[in-house]
Amino acid sequence: MVLSLRKKALKKSLFVFHLSTGSCNNCDIEILDCLTPRFDIERFGITLAGSVKHADVLLVTGIGTLKNIERVKKLYQQMPKPGFVVAIGSCACTGGMFRDGYTMAGPLDKIIPVDVYIPGCPPKPEAMIAGIVKLLNSIK
Amino acid sequence: MAIIKIFGIVAGSFFIFGLIGIMSGWFDRKLTARIQWRVGPPWWQNFADFIKLTGKETVIPEGANQFLFLAAPVAGIVATVVTGAILISGSFFYPLKWDLIIIIYLLMIPSISIVIAGASSGNVLASVGAGRELKLFLSYELPFILALLVPVVKFGTTEVAEIVKLQHIYRINLGYLSGFIAFFVGIIAFMGKIGYVPFDVSEAETELAAGTIVEYSGLSLALFKLMKWILLSVGISFFVIYFMGGFSNPVVGILKYILVLILIVLIKNTNPRLRIDQILKFSWGWLTMFGLFAIVLAALGC
Repeated sequence: MVLSLRKKALKKSLFVFHLSTGSCNNCDIEILDCLTPRFDIERFGITLAGSVKHADVLLVTGIGTLKNIERVKKLYQQMPKPGFVVAIGSCACTGGMFRDGYTMAGPLDKIIPVDVYIPGCPPKPEAMIAGIVKLLNSIK
Repeated sequence: MAIIKIFGIVAGSFFIFGLIGIMSGWFDRKLTARIQWRVGPPWWQNFADFIKLTGKETVIPEGANQFLFLAAPVAGIVATVVTGAILISGSFFYPLKWDLIIIIYLLMIPSISIVIAGASSGNVLASVGAGRELKLFLSYELPFILALLVPVVKFGTTEVAEIVKLQHIYRINLGYLSGFIAFFVGIIAFMGKIGYVPFDVSEAETELAAGTIVEYSGLSLALFKLMKWILLSVGISFFVIYFMGGFSNPVVGILKYILVLILIVLIKNTNPRLRIDQILKFSWGWLTMFGLFAIVLAALGC
């Protein structure tokens, strides 16, 4: 019973940590859009955490450059489990137009396991909320 | 028998002030959201956060002092709960002669526990936060004590229950000019104690990630959040008892509590974060000056 209660609580209160791995900052701006009065994801208990130790979800934007892969791996290991990874934007999902770039270290799922992909350049806030809903439905 | 009674008071204080504090934390978030033209979280949001955090992994960083790292939030919670128990037992069960002094001491412990938490984390950002918290502590503690001294000067007793009784005989402290000034000085100093926005340098999310609590996760973070909530409810209840005549009429008492809470949230939402040197200048300048002025007024009988 306690476990199911905790799972329910986890679904209702996601703390989100947001990490840029060499993105053009457009996805990051769109992530912050979700917190504005128009979308207001705090209604669903989702808040931005300042530190990855507080977070349940790692929002990753950008292609994952050669310099960044070590940091991404470390941050993923530091995130207290149960934790989830969401790849935001075409770059994080596939590499996008930078897939042949010389700093490309593979799309995000080559570095760490990814739970949800949200494509788009940048994805709209509605698309991100839809992605988070898919993540919530996948928590069993 | 007395031991069982005291244990009951402490446990009751934990549950009462814990529940009130969690709901006050939600009220703060909801009102903040409404001020920012948002909808805000539902009423069980803080319960969900707390339950979720108890179920998460607790990561202890490599360079940390394990004992202090885990003991710091527990010490803070114990101090705040005992403060609440003294407030309850002072008004209903065992009036103490010196409980104001004990309350002043106990309300210092949460700040010290935050400093210890930051210093024992083994993280650069946390130690910067701990240094800032220490300076913050030094700056607000003087005006806070000055504000609490005003009723003592006026009524000549350090017993909280006695002060409540005298307020019912004469006038509530807020009705005097000295009490009015002391109330606002005390509230602003108390906002430094709980680290609300004009004074949130030690936890500044945009500068220091999360400052002193950056390395905390899982249950220990949940305990820290609980400590902040209990401190909020205990502090506001203390102000209601000490300056506004207490909870002798429950409905009016709850209204007073909500009024003080709204005042704190409004101050929080209408002020930007101050730098640590600005805080020091403000509290050792204006706040201390007003506190001394209030004491002089109280001595004159205004």
